[in-house]
Amino acid sequence: MSNEAVLQAESAIATHHEAHGEHHDHHHQETFISKYVFSMDHKMIAKQFLITGMVWAVIGGLMSVLFRLQLGYPDTSFPWLEDLLGKFWAEKGHITAQGYYALVTTHGTVLVFFVLTAGLSGTFANFLIPLQVGARDMASPFMNMLSYWFFFAASIVMVSSIFVETGPFSGGWTAYPPLSALGDASPGSKTGMDLWLVAMALFVVSSLLGGLNYIATVLNMRTKGMSMTRLPLTIWALFFTAVLGVLSFPVLLSGFILLIFDRNFGTSFYLSDIFLTTTNTALPNEGGSAILFQHLFWFLGHPEVYIILLPAMGMVSEILSVNSRKPIFGYMAMIGSLFAIAILAFLVWAHHMFVTGLNPFLGSIFVLLTLLIAVPSAIKVFNWLTTLWRGNIRFTPAMMFAIGFVSLFISGGLTGIWLGNSALDIHLHDTYFVIAHFHIVMGVASMFGMFAGVYHWYPKMYGRYLNTSLGYIHFWITMIGAYLIFWPMHYEGLAGMPRRYYDYSIWESFKNFGELNRFISTVAMIVFAAQILFIANFFYSIWKGRKVTTLNPYGSNTLEWTTPINPGHGNWVGEIPEVHRWPYDYGKDGKEYTSQTTPVGADESHH
Amino acid sequence: MTTFLIIAVIVLFFVVVFQIAKVSDYVSVIKGEENARKQNNKINGFLMLAFMILGLIGVWYCNELLFKKTLLAYPAASNHGEKVDEMLWLTIWVTGSVFVATQILLFWFAFKYQESDKRKVFFFPHSNKLEALWTVVPAIVLAVLVIIGLKNWFSFTGEAPDNALQVEVVGKQFGWVFRYEGADKKFGKKYYKLINDVDNPLGLIWNDNAELNLKDDEKSHDDIVLTQTMYIVKDRPVKLIIGSRDVIHDVGLSHFRMKMDAVPGIPTTMWFTPKYTTTEMKKITNNPNFAYEISCDQMCGNGHYSMKGNIEVVTQAEFDKWMASKPAAYVSAHPEKNPKADSTKPASAVIATAVKSVVKN
Repeated sequence: MSNEAVLQAESAIATHHEAHGEHHDHHHQETFISKYVFSMDHKMIAKQFLITGMVWAVIGGLMSVLFRLQLGYPDTSFPWLEDLLGKFWAEKGHITAQGYYALVTTHGTVLVFFVLTAGLSGTFANFLIPLQVGARDMASPFMNMLSYWFFFAASIVMVSSIFVETGPFSGGWTAYPPLSALGDASPGSKTGMDLWLVAMALFVVSSLLGGLNYIATVLNMRTKGMSMTRLPLTIWALFFTAVLGVLSFPVLLSGFILLIFDRNFGTSFYLSDIFLTTTNTALPNEGGSAILFQHLFWFLGHPEVYIILLPAMGMVSEILSVNSRKPIFGYMAMIGSLFAIAILAFLVWAHHMFVTGLNPFLGSIFVLLTLLIAVPSAIKVFNWLTTLWRGNIRFTPAMMFAIGFVSLFISGGLTGIWLGNSALDIHLHDTYFVIAHFHIVMGVASMFGMFAGVYHWYPKMYGRYLNTSLGYIHFWITMIGAYLIFWPMHYEGLAGMPRRYYDYSIWESFKNFGELNRFISTVAMIVFAAQILFIANFFYSIWKGRKVTTLNPYGSNTLEWTTPINPGHGNWVGEIPEVHRWPYDYGKDGKEYTSQTTPVGADESHH
Repeated sequence: MTTFLIIAVIVLFFVVVFQIAKVSDYVSVIKGEENARKQNNKINGFLMLAFMILGLIGVWYCNELLFKKTLLAYPAASNHGEKVDEMLWLTIWVTGSVFVATQILLFWFAFKYQESDKRKVFFFPHSNKLEALWTVVPAIVLAVLVIIGLKNWFSFTGEAPDNALQVEVVGKQFGWVFRYEGADKKFGKKYYKLINDVDNPLGLIWNDNAELNLKDDEKSHDDIVLTQTMYIVKDRPVKLIIGSRDVIHDVGLSHFRMKMDAVPGIPTTMWFTPKYTTTEMKKITNNPNFAYEISCDQMCGNGHYSMKGNIEVVTQAEFDKWMASKPAAYVSAHPEKNPKADSTKPASAVIATAVKSVVKN
């Protein structure tokens, strides 16, 4: 449906609605199916992405608790594990090696793609883009619906892979061949890998459908007066995210297609000179390059990191500004640094491959470009700090998570300077240092961005507030817990401790971290429990939360707060408001806030 | 029963927290939302400051507890390793000071500028000077780190010195195979389709093979093939030629600060000069069980975590003696062709065990 068509439909509804003088029945023609299941309303699709993402986050988080149980308590037997999960996963009360690797792999895949890509940008791009640019819906609501249902299909296939006889894929989320190509090299690379590839292919389709829609909407459907430089930073960030996804996901898919050919049709794209001990045979494949897959994978894989991080950055910028009651510092520099990050994201992929035997000269180029990313990142951090400086800060739970995001982004970003420098990466590559680095900067930080977004826009989503006290408890446990879990892992990395080890007891060099691993596992369980508290809060508040009574509860400038408390499909009743200024006039000329819809006064100062 | 009880307690705890939180939100409505918000704001502002102070103490305490367990607590065992450690220390100081400064600013600002009725917000949308400052300064600092890093990178990845001892290291699920050049100082040719785990784990070409179109390579007849432990020489550069028989593995040498993938079909190399013998390192680390371990650092299957090899760093004299006791793989596989058939009886016992362990793996 085009913007115009929705507009007309909406004005018809508006007329009808005026005639009845009632507020709640905008959608009397809608059925349960068209409203809640195959919905084409961007707000409903956003909620679908969010709730599916939350289900995945619980599954993925639970998996991490299970494999942390093995790492923390390798000698303890938990008979209930076998009762609960069966012999394949937990024999005699111990997680099996096969089960452990399946858990690690699925945890990674699910969290990176299903939670922090679909759950994060799927939710907030859908929810915020039309509301903040002033559009009635996405450019193509139908494609938008398909985007969710492809994601849903991908989810079903991924879940089903957990139940096949040989187990889900267990070769790490990066799925490097030959391990991922040869069923005889690992049981997880049999049916589980086929399902993994199908799920990921569906996921790529979902991501492209969504991404194209987001780009089209931001470019074409902004309301009158909403020039690109009047867009809130959330929209800029979501826009660059979509561009990154559209340009890089197809490359990943091409890599997967070659892998499917190698697995099933006897080609040798990635395979060469292989003798398998399990079957005692030499394979016929010659001339392929296992490294080719890594190039194709990381050509998405690295932009993917920013696909995860940019939406969080955008939302954090917005939330910090609103709750400091002060404009974001350096709006243009923020856009510029987002742009720089988006460009550089495509030029640094081989820094994941410094120890593959990469040409050293090529490696040096990637060192240079990788460390260059630290510059726009530094700009962003200092601009956030300056935004807080001399503000008037309200600690809403969203604001707390936004501040937490900045703290984590600093901590995790700085260790990127270690790993991006190839000479140091030789030593630290594939150790717990890397685990600590990317969990803090990409995993937890983006999770914090997501939490900030949920707490901030929940009133707009459901017309009710989340419980604030639970929000504070959730924040402090998660914040303290995240540092307690990941900070000590740097030390394990500096001891050379490799990642993806099921058991360290036979290693003289790495076995003296038993106590620390137990500590980390215990904290991980507590932090996981705190997330259950959040989920309880989320669902309880949908029906029972405190009701929102004012249109603009935060005194915010952006357009989503000019819609009714419970906006119907089409968002605005009557005409879409016109925009006259940028979104960050907080504290200007002594006024606490000035909405984007307020015309610029004759006596207003320039900035 | 206890499991049940624990679950019950946890559930109860949850319900209690949830109820308290609910009540506190009701109370805030009664007190007036404005008042409640201000009170919450004060508490959280204070907690921000407390978190920063306790956090920094925690960082220090964590270092006290764990630093001695890292590799930085004693010297690196190779020439490259020393450079890596130097770079690590510089990077720690640079990023560490930025970390402390920015975290203090972040939480201090949060505390200092918490909402107050008296404060008037400072409308400060941008400042070109400040933005230029924090573009240029990080760029310069990073340039310095890049220059040092690349200098080291090129020296680590450059050609090994001519006097380097050459060892081939081949990964397989889940163990390591090593090959030395033997008397002729040259590696013979190999082909993966000749691999068999009974007597030729690397597939050395020992005979003409019309079917595979291969010619016997004499140079392979004196190559020595071993598993489990690799011997190298103190103060003599060693060049590893790394390969894999099946999936991607990685030769991880944390004490030497080196690492390189083992990729099937694409040989890679790595070189370094060990600085301490294993015996010396036992004293340095004060650990009688110390061993230079080769850890596989690339996910390679369900036995990944157990893919261990050992390195013994010895003096040249010890090395020569050890080397002399090792027969060529060709000789082990073809005892009838042994040129010194009578004098190697004890050695053939060694061969037998070596072959057995290969089979076992």
